Amino acid sequence: MPEKRILLKNCGEIDPRQIAAYEKKGGFKALVKAREMSPEEVIEEVKASGLRGRGGAGFSCGVKWELAKKRPGKEKYLICNADEGEVGTFKDRYLIQNDPFSLIEGMAIAAYAIGAKKAYLYLRAEYHYLLEILKNAIMQAKEKGYLDGLKIEIREGAGSYICGEESALMNSIEGKRGEARYRPPFPPERGLFEKPTIINNVETLVNIPPIILKGSKWYSKMGTEKSKGTKIFSVSGDVAKPGIYELELGCTLKELVVDLAGAKGIKMVQVGGSTGGIVPFSMLSTPLSYETVLGSGAVVVFDESRDVIDFVYRTMEFLNEESCGFCTPCREGTEVMMEILGRLVKGDGAQEDIGALEDLSNAMIASSMCGLGQTAAIPVLDTLKYFRNEYENRISQSVFLRSFQPIMIS
Amino acid sequence: MGQKGNGREALLGMIKEEQAKTGHLSKDAMVRVAETLGVTVGDVYGVTTFYSFLSTWPLGRHVIRVCKSVPCCMKDAEKLIGWIGKELGISPEETTADGRFTLTLTNCIGACDQAPAMLIDDEVYGQLTPERISEILKSFD
Repeated sequence: MPEKRILLKNCGEIDPRQIAAYEKKGGFKALVKAREMSPEEVIEEVKASGLRGRGGAGFSCGVKWELAKKRPGKEKYLICNADEGEVGTFKDRYLIQNDPFSLIEGMAIAAYAIGAKKAYLYLRAEYHYLLEILKNAIMQAKEKGYLDGLKIEIREGAGSYICGEESALMNSIEGKRGEARYRPPFPPERGLFEKPTIINNVETLVNIPPIILKGSKWYSKMGTEKSKGTKIFSVSGDVAKPGIYELELGCTLKELVVDLAGAKGIKMVQVGGSTGGIVPFSMLSTPLSYETVLGSGAVVVFDESRDVIDFVYRTMEFLNEESCGFCTPCREGTEVMMEILGRLVKGDGAQEDIGALEDLSNAMIASSMCGLGQTAAIPVLDTLKYFRNEYENRISQSVFLRSFQPIMIS
Repeated sequence: MGQKGNGREALLGMIKEEQAKTGHLSKDAMVRVAETLGVTVGDVYGVTTFYSFLSTWPLGRHVIRVCKSVPCCMKDAEKLIGWIGKELGISPEETTADGRFTLTLTNCIGACDQAPAMLIDDEVYGQLTPERISEILKSFD
């Protein structure tokens, strides 16, 4: 399956600092069209398109908008989540760098649909170098009158992975520690400053202008039954051509990493970021979709030289550092898992370790408060499923090495 | 940054402003921020220590943040830390004696296509080699 550039069509084609270049390519026509429709019609169109959230969770975009639209009250907020902290993900950075106007147009349409007069764009601190390009795009759109009735404010993060999680992100905008919130209430009901709030990922919002312009019928022809449209993949790791690729959903992992990115001697691929699923080489024909593996579209390829346990250990170290610490299963679970995996890496594992990892995984999945803790165990469980022998070998080596210790001490 | 509206909302922006002045958030600065916004010093301390880009201890004039997440690790991020350390004579979480650089490690900075990568202050540098690092470091005062 070849690349299908719908979201990336302007990237590299226009000057991202000149709104006129974007307009020349048909930019802001979707916004004009949306404003000729009623907000309800816009929501219906997005619902019918089948567009689902591109940040990783995959909730239906139109359904979410409808929930916020139907809430009483005049004060509603739109938040664009540009806190792209998921390991291996850099698509939002690429979109903002090359085509910030598509994002601004998508935000303007979303705000119109849900009835928000104020929108926040939450940009991660690591992407401070994108601030100027965003400010410039907003300023130019405003001067052209595209943002009448809408104020877009950029808020910068301060270095925190969990702030990409929607409830933590809202706390961060409110000037608090970026800790997750209990849900319900969900943000469309009660979110930022207790008001109905819609939080959409950058890529989700960039999907909106083409959907409005060309219609949901055109859009929903692409993809699979439950995964419509195209997806931007961020490919890194052991590939000849790391970078950004846009493909129709339902394409296979092999098409992406072998045919396009030029990977060789693959051992496994992690799809969807640090808590994404693991696909072993034997399953490379797996289609990329919400039904199988997708997440944020991060694709990290590992070749045969890579150590599975070392990778899982580093991933757990990351999750442990970035856990907000609010709920015990995640805070302590990631800590203990890191400790066990650290022992395995050092060759000091015990027979009980695999069972302990599995028990902990189940407890964390069942009882963590937000997505981080609920999914932190996925790489552990997936590697145990596909590479169990590597864990077992490491443990038997450890036991063997330990059997020499009394002799060495004496 | 938006200091209007309710005080709490301006906290993160104000902490950043204070940090920009002296390179970190001193105890005095925390008290000052708390009094200005009508929040407790505990709130200010709690927020400052939550975010990895905020610091309660003095940082150098320039902060080097080397990405240590999996995609960068696969492209020798550990060697990169060693190269920088050798060049500057410091280990991670240390500041050079002249106060020029602080070296720290960070999680994914979204430059995995250019791994190994790092941030110096707000700029991203990718595809790093020992030669390139030495050149880049020399360009900072």
